[in-house]
Amino acid sequence: MAPHIHSGDSIEKKMYGVLLALIPAFLVSLYVFGWGSLIVTAISVVSCLTFEYLIQKFLLKVKPSITDGSAILTGVLLAFNLPSNLPFWIIIIGAFVAIGVAKMSFGGLGNNPFNPALVGRVFLLISFPVQMTTWPLPGEHSYIDATTGATPLGMLHGHFGQLPDLSSMMLGTIGGSLGEVGAIALIFGGLYLLFKRIITWQIPVSILGTVFVFTLIMGLVSPDIYHIGLIKTACPAFHALTYALFHLLSGGLLLGAFFMATDYVTSPMNPRGQIIYGIGIGLITVLIRLFGSYPEGVSFAILIMNGVTPLINTYVKPKRFGEVKK
Amino acid sequence: MRTFSIGGIHPPGYKLSAGKPIQRAALPKQSVVLLNQQIGALAVPVVAKGDEVKTGQLIAKSGGFVSANIHAPVSGKISKIDLIPDTGGYKHKAIFIDVVDDVWVDTIDRSDVLIKDCNLDATAIVAKIAEAGIVGMGGAAFPTQVKLTPPHGKKVDVLIVNAVECEPYLTSDHQLMMEKGEEILIGTTILMKAIQAKRGVIGIENNKPDAIAHLKKLSAQYPGIEIIPLKVQYPQGGEKQLIEAIIGRQVPSGAFPIEVGAIVQNVATVFAVYEAVQKNKPLFERIITVTGKSVSRPGNYLTRIGTPLSDLMHEAGGLPEDAAKVIGGGPMMGKALVNLSVPVTKGCSGLLVLTEKETLRNEIKNCIRCTKCVRACPMGLEPYLFMTLIEHEEWGKLEKERIMDCIECGCCTYSCPSARPLLDYLKIGKSKVGEVIRTRKQ
Ligand code: SF4
Ligand code: SF4
Repeated sequence: MAPHIHSGDSIEKKMYGVLLALIPAFLVSLYVFGWGSLIVTAISVVSCLTFEYLIQKFLLKVKPSITDGSAILTGVLLAFNLPSNLPFWIIIIGAFVAIGVAKMSFGGLGNNPFNPALVGRVFLLISFPVQMTTWPLPGEHSYIDATTGATPLGMLHGHFGQLPDLSSMMLGTIGGSLGEVGAIALIFGGLYLLFKRIITWQIPVSILGTVFVFTLIMGLVSPDIYHIGLIKTACPAFHALTYALFHLLSGGLLLGAFFMATDYVTSPMNPRGQIIYGIGIGLITVLIRLFGSYPEGVSFAILIMNGVTPLINTYVKPKRFGEVKK
Repeated sequence: MRTFSIGGIHPPGYKLSAGKPIQRAALPKQSVVLLNQQIGALAVPVVAKGDEVKTGQLIAKSGGFVSANIHAPVSGKISKIDLIPDTGGYKHKAIFIDVVDDVWVDTIDRSDVLIKDCNLDATAIVAKIAEAGIVGMGGAAFPTQVKLTPPHGKKVDVLIVNAVECEPYLTSDHQLMMEKGEEILIGTTILMKAIQAKRGVIGIENNKPDAIAHLKKLSAQYPGIEIIPLKVQYPQGGEKQLIEAIIGRQVPSGAFPIEVGAIVQNVATVFAVYEAVQKNKPLFERIITVTGKSVSRPGNYLTRIGTPLSDLMHEAGGLPEDAAKVIGGGPMMGKALVNLSVPVTKGCSGLLVLTEKETLRNEIKNCIRCTKCVRACPMGLEPYLFMTLIEHEEWGKLEKERIMDCIECGCCTYSCPSARPLLDYLKIGKSKVGEVIRTRKQ
């Protein structure tokens, strides 16, 4: 039946496209954290694939779909949210929660309401708070006993340490999880996804825009509270601008905006809805960062908005052709 | 450059037969003229077995308000009036004519002389079009005279000629414009007169720059006619999409183009109008693109109605070995043909052979909610949601989500990375919801 031709697009093309876009960020994490980064990623990917295979083959008794790339992607994204010295058994638990609980128990790819990698990450954050927030210092290449330190956002939250400048945040020579470092590499990957039309602009732009505007306003309104420890400059605008940029580049915001919030399955189904979703994520992220007890808010913000997505889909419809204008 | 604003896709063009001069296809031995060639009522035969007919002679007359006259496409003897299976395998009534020579009725002006002036008034023009049995030749086959008779109180201010040819592979309209440009402009003028529209617009996609330039040059002598190039995007030939692209007005949901003051006619129909009004020639032949990647002589063939498609295929070098699917019309909206013995009808714009590689689909997978179908839909609908609702038989919800707005363009199925047969489901859903609506109205 018509149509008799097809675009040739496939799930595989999309998933492997995203993986390709993550390569630059992965290389940065290799450079910054060395073996630790490779080991964490490998353990995470292999465990995700294994759980998916075993569950599909023996529990659900369906044809395993591990070649579609989605389990690999979940593994990589999970790893990117972990510190590079995390004990291997914690990673495996995270992978089990991501694939077994968050994905397969809902019926597999396409049916899961929450982003599997993020569910895995947040589960670990709550269960193993110490291990999950002990970040190796940049340049610490060992997996086993790296010297640890705080992330830039952690420092902002009262931990001691010298805040990095914006340029090292761009390049990635800072502390953090695998995928938090290296803003340039993440932006590059994000642009590739946009260029290849694997994702569309609505979600990342609305998230980043909201965070930027919100933190800019905070930095302007009360510069004494919201600053990044720079010597007070005479110009309040410049002050607020650096503060807002700091928020854009730090934590998992770029990773979240380009790679996690854009997950097809868990984000809204039309451009209008996606903008609302993005603004929601941006607002919640900043609220958690500034007023919450966790230094980092992107993961929670995305999961909360994942939960709101069905509601958005019900009430926010695409622009219809021939809609009667009132 | 103008185009429509919502959704749309960009399939590769594959215009293999572009620039191929219009060629006459050989006459068949037997012509099979279907009585259901038009949308609406069946035509009623006015000849009987054994009668001798001339080419262009009326053989079946319009069977109702929405119906059309049918003329003999060949000369010869009526051998029978019988059932024949159509493209989908359903049987329909047809008049079979054994071809003898090619003697035309003598009222038809067969010369090449261009006749520019038309002194008929609107009513007389419409009557002549009805007499000639003209229907929409873009594929819909809706009787043209009905379209030209707008309901009382509705004013038409623009006639839009659909020369978009947005389906991949098809080139018959393109070639027609290159060879019969002047006739098309005269036909447009005549139609404008028929509906009393001051403005006529011919919309052409910019992948046919030669046709745009050619018609632009000629149109200088035809006041009121404008040639508008359009940015290539499928389904620009959709009536609602084309109207929006050209005059920027969206036809409201459930309404007809007349609501925004427009009437759309296909360019091949416009040429048929010229022939009918100026040359007294009824509609009994048309140009058909015969094409496909492995077809040896893709081209544009001037073919008599009633010619078996297998004859036409033969004309283009025969059915290639690796043919996996033969389609009547274009690859996006055409129908797969189960047998090639079916005859050419007035609405048939193309005969397309697809290779195995083109027809192979990936395994159907879960919807991954990627929004591709939503973003591709030119009507702003949510095909993925329709599919779920249809699976759950939620007819009421489907109506609310405006399933009846679907124009069956196939953009959704074309785009889906999970290879989901969205349009197949949608067609089922539409007919169910249509039924629900009809029973409610009674
Ligand atoms: S076939 Fe219908 S639902 Fe699918 S894209 Fe076209 S109009 Fe939209
Ligand atoms: S294009 Fe296919 S996979 Fe994507 S949302 Fe539509 S139906 Fe689902």
